[in-house]
Amino acid sequence: MSTVELPLPRSYLEEGFGLRSWLLTHDHKRIGVLYGLGITFFFFLGGLAAALIRWELVTPAGDLLSAETYNKAFTFHGVVMVWFFLIPSIPSTLGNFLLPLMIGARDVAFPRLNLFSWYLYMVGGIFTLACLLLGGVDTGWTFYTPFSTMFSNSHVLMAVVGVFIVGFSSIFTGLNFIVTIHTLRAPGMTWMRLPLFVWAMYAVALVMVLATPVLAMTLSLIGLERLFGVGIFDPALGGDPVLFQHFFWFYSHPAVYIMILPAMGLVSELITHGARRRIFGYKFMVYAIIGIAVVGFLVWGHHMFVAGQSMYASIVFSILSFIIAVPSAIKVFNWTATLYKGDISFDAPMLYALGFVGLFMLGGLTGLFLAATALDVNLTDTYFVVAHFHYIMVGGAVMAYLGGIHYWWPKITGRMYSEAWARFAAILMFFGFNLTFFPQYILGVEGMPRRYHEYLPQFQVWNVLSSAGATILGVAYLLPLLYLAWSLRHGARAGPNPWDATGLEWQTASPPPPHNFDVTPTVTEGPYAYRR
Amino acid sequence: MMLPQASSFAPNVDHLFDTLLALCALVVIGVFTVMIVFCVKYRHGTDAERTPAHSHLGVELAWTLIPFFLFMGIFGWSVHLWIKLRTPPKDAQPVYVVAKQWMWKVQHPGGQREIDQLHVPAGQPIRLVMTSQDVIHSFYVPAFRVKQDVLPDRYTQLWFTATQAGTYDLFCAEFCGTDHARMRGRVVVMPPADYARWLHAHQGTGLAAQGADLFRQLGCSGCHDPQSGVHAPNLYDLYGRTVPLADGSQVLADERYLHDSILLPKKQVAAGYAPIMPSFEGRIGEEDVLALVAYLKTRTHAAEDTDEHR
Repeated sequence: MSTVELPLPRSYLEEGFGLRSWLLTHDHKRIGVLYGLGITFFFFLGGLAAALIRWELVTPAGDLLSAETYNKAFTFHGVVMVWFFLIPSIPSTLGNFLLPLMIGARDVAFPRLNLFSWYLYMVGGIFTLACLLLGGVDTGWTFYTPFSTMFSNSHVLMAVVGVFIVGFSSIFTGLNFIVTIHTLRAPGMTWMRLPLFVWAMYAVALVMVLATPVLAMTLSLIGLERLFGVGIFDPALGGDPVLFQHFFWFYSHPAVYIMILPAMGLVSELITHGARRRIFGYKFMVYAIIGIAVVGFLVWGHHMFVAGQSMYASIVFSILSFIIAVPSAIKVFNWTATLYKGDISFDAPMLYALGFVGLFMLGGLTGLFLAATALDVNLTDTYFVVAHFHYIMVGGAVMAYLGGIHYWWPKITGRMYSEAWARFAAILMFFGFNLTFFPQYILGVEGMPRRYHEYLPQFQVWNVLSSAGATILGVAYLLPLLYLAWSLRHGARAGPNPWDATGLEWQTASPPPPHNFDVTPTVTEGPYAYRR
Repeated sequence: MMLPQASSFAPNVDHLFDTLLALCALVVIGVFTVMIVFCVKYRHGTDAERTPAHSHLGVELAWTLIPFFLFMGIFGWSVHLWIKLRTPPKDAQPVYVVAKQWMWKVQHPGGQREIDQLHVPAGQPIRLVMTSQDVIHSFYVPAFRVKQDVLPDRYTQLWFTATQAGTYDLFCAEFCGTDHARMRGRVVVMPPADYARWLHAHQGTGLAAQGADLFRQLGCSGCHDPQSGVHAPNLYDLYGRTVPLADGSQVLADERYLHDSILLPKKQVAAGYAPIMPSFEGRIGEEDVLALVAYLKTRTHAAEDTDEHR
């Protein structure tokens, strides 16, 4: 038996090249990349469904798709985008890749559990795709009862099982992050020296662990009622349909914060780098993140002002919803103040970050209209709501995610992307987005209900504008796919710290070695120490 | 296109909307202006003064608390309006709505029936008592700025006073299956005189009279008539009264209580009576329940006396 002296693997990408080396990896960075591939696939699949929806709505008549197909398209769009793109997007992809790097750890606390989470995500995804191939589901992503349990003739169970499984993927990722942040911080990395992205991951992990089990329970009850006729939600069986809405939104409103908190943390990294400044009001930013995560659990009833909930309950949920706007406002003001006396350059990640702040603000402020009971009566279940949450989730979360992908692309791949193309795509996206969704605010104010396959002619102008914007937005989303793929082979080599940024992730090679750091770093100061 | 303001709520709701819009516009313009000024002044390469600025508690508190109190004002205003939206006046005229996939069925107290249409007089408060025969629907009239979900096996209510004669869109706003988008109708607001003529032209048997017939046909009278030998609550003057229940609690005998007592009699058993009434769940439709409820509301001693003296 002879031994051959092998050179040490240089980066996590060169650790092994076979499919096996990826599918059985315990490396948080590889798992992050695997998630990245999964969510990109689902993003474009969900985007295709959105394209069908916008295409149908160009004319008032329901002429392109049948009513049945249209209902399945918006349900599929919602299910895929919420559970298979938005929720895992930043935490599972960038969070997985960056969290250990940012706190100076070699990996997450439970690497095998981390891989298991990815497999659960994929199995959930397969169920959802199977549901689509069998003929789809037409309940809307909210699965409102008793329609979903007793009336829909589509494949509700298949979809519910898919979402149930993917929920456990969230729970395990959350658990992993909490333990990792508590136990694996490098020497000197105290809580008040954590980058805000790590704080956001911590908060979101708590929400995932606490809220997602409620979703699992609720979906199981749908299954029980649908399969065995156990009366829980259907009044004909002695159940209560409004109970379902309480359960569902008890998870799904915190889920909105699962989608936006990571984006808030991420954008703090991009803005401090873009302005080369310390974050303004670090402690306030931390408290705001925690505040949003906690109060986020107490506002679910604002989805139910006209659902038959008591008048007084609605007043309580209304004031809590106004209160949760406070930490969000603190964040917007602090990001803006971070620009003050900065040394600002406008690379693509910064363009995405500034776009995020603007769109998030518009989305957040329109949330106040929906928090005000008397206005919500008129606006709820109209396109105003559709516009509002797309400003938060697409204008907010997706913009931040793409900004993050560009910013850390050199770290993940070791290559630089084309800056000119990236800036062009970011600007095109901003305009495409506003053209798509701003007209929907107006449609809502004029009274067009959501989830309408055909509509009255007076709504056509704004629908045409919205569909035109969606076309631009679609093109803008395809661009990064092309130039980022191109950069994998042809991009300039990045070097460890191409941005001259602070943060432990930039102190190791790009792409990083399998165990991240040759020597565990020691931290001596807070984050964002630019321009000392 | 501007949405017409066709109910007494509409101008109030719009006034609140416009105020909040102005307040939000102020915030947006303020933040955008500051952002743009900073981005231009402190862009890389300018020789602006850049001594690091530090976080300032006063600044943080100021920009947190000032907008907060302004928005609390909006909250208070909204609550004030909300309570009005949710509290129908005593003299509101009831109209009964049954929703089903995918149509709106309307019954007036005088027995007039309509499908996907609702005729109401201008200037008179109208209270819709609504229920669904299958899934959740939502009754939405944008021109009135009112919306209320319509639930199966439960009565929800919605009230408004139409102010302008005209025809307005009615939508179902809660996704209810395949033809959700076609579950539309119109609300026709008429001057009171025209409305009276319309009522007269479409007169049917009054809803309460239909209920009285059902009360006999279904055998309700066998137990609930005072002459009956069965120990069952006598239903005179029941509507609007507080009923003590077997479990020691009390309940107001409103439309919902009557509805549930017919369909789910074991749910709330009146104190002093054995729970022997059979359930009518699945045996009669929501429209018949509505007729029975309308009849029970008229079953008062006062009404009986007038009949006898006539």
